[in-house]
Amino acid sequence: MLEVKNLKASIGGKEILTGLNLSVKAGEVHAIMGPNGSGKSTLAQVIAGHADYEVTSGAVEFLGKDLLDLDPEERAREGIFLGFQYPVEIPGVNNAYLLKAAVNAKRKHHGMDEIDAFEFLKLAREKMTMLGMDPVFLNRGVNEGFSGGEKKRNEILQMAMLEPSLAILDETDSGLDIDALKAVANGVNSLRDPERAIVLVTHYQRLLDYIEPDYVHVLSGGQIIRSGDKSLALELEDRGYEWVVEAASA
Amino acid sequence: MSTDPNNLESLVNRRYEHGFVTDIEADSLPPGLDEGIVRAISAIKKEPEFMLEWRLKAYRHWLTMQEPEWAHVHYPQINYQDISYFSAPKSDSDRPKSLDEVDPKLLETYDKLGIPLHERARLAGVAVDAVFDSVSVATTFKEKLNDAGVIFCPFSEAVIKHPELIKKYLGSVVPHRDNFFAALNSAVFSDGSFVYIPKGVRCPMELSTYFRINAANTGQFERTLIIADEGSYVSYLEGCTAPMRDENQLHAAVVELVAMKDAEIKYSTVQNWYPGDEDGKGGIYNFVTKRGDCRGDNSKISWTQVETGSAITWKYPSCILRGENSVGEFYSVAVTNNMQQADTGTKMIHIGKNSSSTIVSKGISAGRAQQSYRGLVRVMPQAQGARNHTQCDSLLIGKECGAHTFPYMEVKNPSAKVEHEATTSRISENQLFYCRQRGISEEDAVNMIVNGFCKEVFKELPMEFAVEAQALLNVSLEGAVG
Ligand SMILES: Nc1ncnc2c1ncn2[C@@H]1O[C@H](COP(=O)(O)OP(=O)(O)OP(=O)(O)O)[C@@H](O)[C@H]1O
Ligand SMILES: [Mg+2]
Repeated sequence: MLEVKNLKASIGGKEILTGLNLSVKAGEVHAIMGPNGSGKSTLAQVIAGHADYEVTSGAVEFLGKDLLDLDPEERAREGIFLGFQYPVEIPGVNNAYLLKAAVNAKRKHHGMDEIDAFEFLKLAREKMTMLGMDPVFLNRGVNEGFSGGEKKRNEILQMAMLEPSLAILDETDSGLDIDALKAVANGVNSLRDPERAIVLVTHYQRLLDYIEPDYVHVLSGGQIIRSGDKSLALELEDRGYEWVVEAASA
Repeated sequence: MSTDPNNLESLVNRRYEHGFVTDIEADSLPPGLDEGIVRAISAIKKEPEFMLEWRLKAYRHWLTMQEPEWAHVHYPQINYQDISYFSAPKSDSDRPKSLDEVDPKLLETYDKLGIPLHERARLAGVAVDAVFDSVSVATTFKEKLNDAGVIFCPFSEAVIKHPELIKKYLGSVVPHRDNFFAALNSAVFSDGSFVYIPKGVRCPMELSTYFRINAANTGQFERTLIIADEGSYVSYLEGCTAPMRDENQLHAAVVELVAMKDAEIKYSTVQNWYPGDEDGKGGIYNFVTKRGDCRGDNSKISWTQVETGSAITWKYPSCILRGENSVGEFYSVAVTNNMQQADTGTKMIHIGKNSSSTIVSKGISAGRAQQSYRGLVRVMPQAQGARNHTQCDSLLIGKECGAHTFPYMEVKNPSAKVEHEATTSRISENQLFYCRQRGISEEDAVNMIVNGFCKEVFKELPMEFAVEAQALLNVSLEGAVG
């Protein structure tokens, strides 16, 4: 589904991704771990198409299409969803309004009619119940004054409504209390499907207790320096990153 | 607009009737301004003597006045002797015969604004007999108003048919000596609207300039007077969202509102004057004096406006809160793009006990536009218990535009409560990226953010107008980002 080949990307003239390879197939769950500042969010932003990052070489293919050729909104409509590490506040814009506009943009792209207002509300309420979110959040400004955990839940709500083919969740677990973590994991697991793939960027094993990954990768210095199965995450939790980094540079 | 065939005819015929005004071409006066011109305008309009005297007094006072200068608005000196102060409407032969002859760009804009087909012809100035005009709608409308005792007619008609009301109220809110442009308007105003709502009457429909018969060619120096007598209510809609072009660059309108005891006037404006090209060339200068007088106890006046046009806007819809418990409101969205300059705001003058006012001003600047908000809240010594709340927000799109806020407060009664809040925000790249990551195009994202920013004001507009205003904003900001 997603093929990242020898990807190099920089921001402000500084190279952050230094030749990264990653292959994600439909039905898989991948976890990406790694030290602070290693380039995890950069990878996510580049895949989503943030204009501040310059791709200097390499290729990204998504469902057979050259992703780097598409605008961010086209990538989204094609089925890529990014759960932001720091979701931005958009004061004055109704949360439900944005959500509906997003759903309709995607439907339109796929030749479908706009969602019926009733159906939309019903669906949104259902998902919110699953995520333990109060329906009043629909009527607030997008992330406006939301607590850290509320923002993360809101990201998952959007994901659940949009049903992406590829969801990249950038530290969606950080800042969540135990109940929220379970709710978020619930949301992610309900999306698991042979047709979809999920990439989790995380620092903690905790999340992986609830969402079992098929693969775990260590990203360091802008490259994936080790990949393994779920036992790698446990080992990392135990021993930290140093040994992996050392082994890679040896 | 010109839906009554009889009125049209009289308009067209008018230019043959003025033999009595010597050395004046009937359909337009030569450029320049002197007493003779003022007399000629009055004569062309067949005004009674009192009206001429009134104009002359204003003219003589205007001569003694200086054109104001504003720190934040710049424009080339206007030569008042270069302007022609009266011209009759274009004859049908000068107008386009059908929409096929109209600038396709203009039509495209109408399309984006969702203006109904039959409306487009009228707006584009297509010769009237070629326009599908709903005469019957206008007639039913007139009948309904008649039954309610409401007077709604062109100003010039009111001068002749209701001189007692004109004498009593004209200039009672905005006296001719008020300011330079008000004085000029008083001397040379061409036409406008007159509304009188009798005691206890709730006007059965929203009054819109759209239905005002004979509204053609009142653009440059328009005069509007609305009187809501005791216990009455009226909602008045001015302007339209279609882009309005005019050969006359200078516009100096005066609007006076009078609300008597327990009366309420709601005045909504959506204005979209031609702002000029990207460099501001050819745009309208809009210097307007709008003021409402809450003359009676418990009276209320609300101004709601959405302004997107003009090269230069200078405009301060204001309320004089004379009555006890009177209420003044000002809700405004002003958009400036490219080289537009706007200096707008409001004045709330509290005189009556427990009078209260609310100001919500939303300014949006894009391109290289400069926008200033100037608000005055004055509480007079006798205004025991007066209250004001002001909320003044600016939204910037792009890096080259600016917003300036100048709140003035003069509080001379210690029991008064005056609050002011101001915010400035910029649409951030990250907000746009967030929306785009959700599949929403950049343009839609900007519109969404702008509409969210303005919704407090939009909800004050009558439903239909609000929808139009929203579409207008979207069109005005097209290409503002990226
Ligand atoms: N505008 C910029 N100019 C220069 N360097 C930048 C800029 N933006 C980000 N960086 C740097 O890029 C590097 C990678 O950042 P990134 O956010 O991808 O890290 P991360 O792996 O997600 O870290 P964390 O675990 O803390 O979230 C960091 O060293 C960061 O300081
Ligand atoms: Mg990060």
